[in-house]
Amino acid sequence: MGEEVKVFGFWSSPYTLRAVLALRLKGVPYEYVEENVLGNKSPLLLKYNPIHKKVPVLLHNGKPIVESLVILEYIDEIWKSKPILPKHPYDKAMARFWAKFFDDKCMPAVWKPFWCPEDEREKAVEEACQCLKTLETALNGKRFFGGEEIGLVDIAANFVGFFLRTMQEVTGLELLSAEKFPHLFKWTDEFVNHSVVKENLPPRDKQLEFNRVIIAKYEAGEIKA
Amino acid sequence: MEGEVVLLDFWPSMFGMRTRIALAEKQIKYEYREEDLRNKSALLLQMNPVHKKIPVLIHNGKPICESLIQVQYIDEVWNDRAPLLPPNPYQRATARFWADFVDKKIYDLGGKLWRTKGEEQEAAKKELIECLKLLEGQLGDNPYFGGKDFGFLDVALVPFYCWFYTYEKFGRFSIEAECPKLIAWAKRCMQKESVAKSLADQEKIYDFVLHLKKALGIE
Repeated sequence: MGEEVKVFGFWSSPYTLRAVLALRLKGVPYEYVEENVLGNKSPLLLKYNPIHKKVPVLLHNGKPIVESLVILEYIDEIWKSKPILPKHPYDKAMARFWAKFFDDKCMPAVWKPFWCPEDEREKAVEEACQCLKTLETALNGKRFFGGEEIGLVDIAANFVGFFLRTMQEVTGLELLSAEKFPHLFKWTDEFVNHSVVKENLPPRDKQLEFNRVIIAKYEAGEIKA
Repeated sequence: MEGEVVLLDFWPSMFGMRTRIALAEKQIKYEYREEDLRNKSALLLQMNPVHKKIPVLIHNGKPICESLIQVQYIDEVWNDRAPLLPPNPYQRATARFWADFVDKKIYDLGGKLWRTKGEEQEAAKKELIECLKLLEGQLGDNPYFGGKDFGFLDVALVPFYCWFYTYEKFGRFSIEAECPKLIAWAKRCMQKESVAKSLADQEKIYDFVLHLKKALGIE
């Protein structure tokens, strides 16, 4: 078909993972270009994403698409097999709502307790748990947010699906447990064991080690949230 | 197709204005309900329990929250007239990207202009001008962000036009001087009935902010 599809990403980025999962689910072949986001940004990244200078960037026939949720919608519109967005406008609106909720509220809230100063931790944990509780309600006992198959919200929520439990393992700080959020916890197992997802997650040991590195950098003030 | 459409809104909200414009573009009849944000209605809390914010679009009893999601929903349900999203996926991705940019930048930076003073205000002003210039660049020589036709990104941004007066008064600058093409675009949009009827009066917004500052105890 002569289609050129490239993804500029970072192996441990939940945002990059969104683009990767969507393409893999749909069986779209692509070339992956690793960007070292902790180091200098490559000239190509700055060229394709001059506004935000971030990964992921999807390059389709030479044209860049950026912002992971925008990328997901684009992928779903171009490659129509295995749709990740529901068909019905209302269900679509709900999927978009939860994906946005995840980005705007959950990501910062769930991440914060792992890096914030000691005196802010209690409040941060409370807010994180509030988000997890909302996600549990949104899941509504379903197997996936998308229903029987993974969809936009599952892909968007991969930080809770995979990365969160690796952070919990490294720090001993438990936000998500089977006792507190049974459906959401079960969902994380379904998510990481999904046939396509499990082939494309960051390697567990590498992720655990990277978590330690990142936490150390936050503690040293080398990176800001 | 129509069914029952209700919009829970607050008159100065640029986000509510987006939805008002989309409904007007599609000539959808709806019930407008003004919310007192200091005393939110039971309906609002029931329909948007997660954020408790306006606007909330209620279609046949089912709520849709978040203004850009509402605009897309309206475009998809009433897809037989006045299309807002462009037809081509790449153009759609571009429109969504810039609408997201507006959401991430303009509201907070504009807010800093009237909420803060001194260095913080100056920094916000500088960044706001940069962002507006980027948007102006995106417009190019087209009459609208949607190209020949008024579209999604136009809807996303134009409500801020009635807030520009407030930003300018507090920031002591002229947006027209910095971004003449953008202001020309805004005035062009205001020629459309859907926009003119949906945007609030800029002086009323300014008064509202003066009162709000007093109420919040901001000097």
